[in-house]
Amino acid sequence: MSRPKLAVHKFSSCDGCQLALLNLGETLLQLPGLVDIVHFAEAGPMDEDEPVAVALVEGSINTEHDLERIQRIRRNSDYLVSLGACATSGGLQALRNMADANAWEAAIYARPEVLDSLPTATAVSDHVKVDLALWGCPVNSRQLLGALRDLLFGVAPREERRPLCMECKRSGAVCTLVTGEATCMGPVTLAGCGAICPRKGRACYACYGPAEQVNAESLGRRFEGFGLLPEDVARRFHFIHSGAPAFQAAGKHFRGGK
Amino acid sequence: MDQAWSRPVHLYGVERPRGSKTVPSTPVFLPPDSLQRLLDSLRGSGRQLMGPLVRDGAIVFDRIENAAELPRGMRDIQSPGSYRLEQSDSPRLFAWANGPQALKPMTFAPEEVLWQVVRDDSGLHFEPQASTPAPTAVIGVRGCDLAALQLQKAHFLQEGAEDPAFQRRLDKLLIVAVDCSHPADTCFCASTGDGPDAGPGHDIALTELDEGFLLRAGSPQGQEIIDSLALPPASTAQLQAAAESSRGASDAQTRKLPATDLRDALFARQDHPHWAAVAERCLACGNCTAVCPSCFCSAYEPRPSLDGAESEQVRLWDSCFSFEHSNLHGHPVRDDIRLRYRQWLTHKLAGWHDQYGRSGCTGCGRCISWCPVGIDLTEEVASLLEEPA
Ligand code: SF4
Ligand code: SF4
Ligand code: SF4
Repeated sequence: MSRPKLAVHKFSSCDGCQLALLNLGETLLQLPGLVDIVHFAEAGPMDEDEPVAVALVEGSINTEHDLERIQRIRRNSDYLVSLGACATSGGLQALRNMADANAWEAAIYARPEVLDSLPTATAVSDHVKVDLALWGCPVNSRQLLGALRDLLFGVAPREERRPLCMECKRSGAVCTLVTGEATCMGPVTLAGCGAICPRKGRACYACYGPAEQVNAESLGRRFEGFGLLPEDVARRFHFIHSGAPAFQAAGKHFRGGK
Repeated sequence: MDQAWSRPVHLYGVERPRGSKTVPSTPVFLPPDSLQRLLDSLRGSGRQLMGPLVRDGAIVFDRIENAAELPRGMRDIQSPGSYRLEQSDSPRLFAWANGPQALKPMTFAPEEVLWQVVRDDSGLHFEPQASTPAPTAVIGVRGCDLAALQLQKAHFLQEGAEDPAFQRRLDKLLIVAVDCSHPADTCFCASTGDGPDAGPGHDIALTELDEGFLLRAGSPQGQEIIDSLALPPASTAQLQAAAESSRGASDAQTRKLPATDLRDALFARQDHPHWAAVAERCLACGNCTAVCPSCFCSAYEPRPSLDGAESEQVRLWDSCFSFEHSNLHGHPVRDDIRLRYRQWLTHKLAGWHDQYGRSGCTGCGRCISWCPVGIDLTEEVASLLEEPA
């Protein structure tokens, strides 16, 4: 039985999501028995252009070359997964979309014209069809393996749609918002991380992107009640996933002073 | 849908625990410095002891060994969406109202493996996962949570469909309840009839007075433990003080639900404009259902190993506020927050009458305190009962 081919591609990113694969330890050793890894940027590129069953794509799209390469990857892949925040919503880099990127480049670089850089950092799904989005900054191994296993079974991968609060409560963590007016993003963020921050007494940063239902107005007003200025509320939404439509709109709404 | 709702199905009638004390035995007096003796006997027969502890700014149930670990002098200040602790110089150990957890995690686990399947050359082999919960005694449980336990029993132990995981945990649980003397601002158990005293369902109930504790048994097992302590009977003055404390705890409650059955009233108000007003504030975060001692909804999740040779079926707490809860063929029937909040409130306060013979709310107030935006079901009910302007 021939094994399905897998490729791991990288665009603008910190490589942290690929580490979710590399950090698997012993489980990683099972992987070559199940899939044929034909390309893996972090582990050493092999053949970027080989047609594959599944492509995992990390990173956001930032250059002319990226634009061309993501089209090629899409053509070569039966099933394309955006891996992590950068690939899924543009990630932290997407913050530049709200600034004048050209002005920044001119201020920082002696010869900005040599840069090959688009004015925006965008999600993979802005350019090609994405079959499955794995949110998270970074994604975790459980998510990634769950998706791969489902694909190997030939079923549609299960997607987490619950908000973080539900995972937080299952973990037995005490709510940081209710006990300490922490500006926790849990109520508007997808579950999946294991509620790491609330379990350490910290407010959620929304690494896993917008929840299925995002009532930004209500949560933002609650944060204002805790003393945040509208601009501070906007920054809670415009952080790791400023490019995700629900958070983009929420941040703009509060920045607009409404 | 409405058809089904209107059909009364009193299949699992639950005895409604009243606030009155069930006193099968004469209460006895336990001096404060003897509390450790009680804890030691609870820990007898290899039981682990769970009790109230201060952790991360709240009183939670966790493993304890000594009376010295109990939250001496700790007071809670609760209001919609807010919970704070304050240290007082009172020597009392139970002068606080409920924290975020109920008994629920001890009987209905937040996540647990129900069964496993292994694949080999001869096919698939399904195995129930027989979790073996440790024998546990828990001290500090309140009346509202005992009443909620009765509701959970009605749900999980329906005749012919008993849930083995729930049953196993319950069988291993010894419950020491405490009559509530210091309700929070969010409590309203007096109006639902489930507190402030500990009703049926405990093995031992304890009343805390300034001078010490009164103990009464609620089960033969509890009676045995009390007898082994060889304590003097409570004095008339002590019994009077206990009754006064109970009255005071009822009178101190400012919130309430209407004493009448809300079933028909709520079902008649499915189109009330107030549902939309709540939905403007509600985050659909599900905190209310997670902290509610009677909520029992769950989801199932397969967790296969990477090589696909085996898989575990995990049951986890779910909520009527989640997408999957009403997901039929890829589309959620309740696809917005208004419908989800309406589902929660009408099921809890109306649908439960048909299913379990009473409302699903025991007045613990947790959904009020632990709602990140402070939505208060007692206020929402009051608004819903008003005719729309
Ligand atoms: S700490 Fe954050 S994630 Fe956890 S329940 Fe509270 S608001 Fe939700
Ligand atoms: S509905 Fe609210 S007040 Fe009633 S039992 Fe549940 S959490 Fe407690
Ligand atoms: S009522 Fe409050 S706790 Fe419940 S889902 Fe809505 S916002 Fe969350």
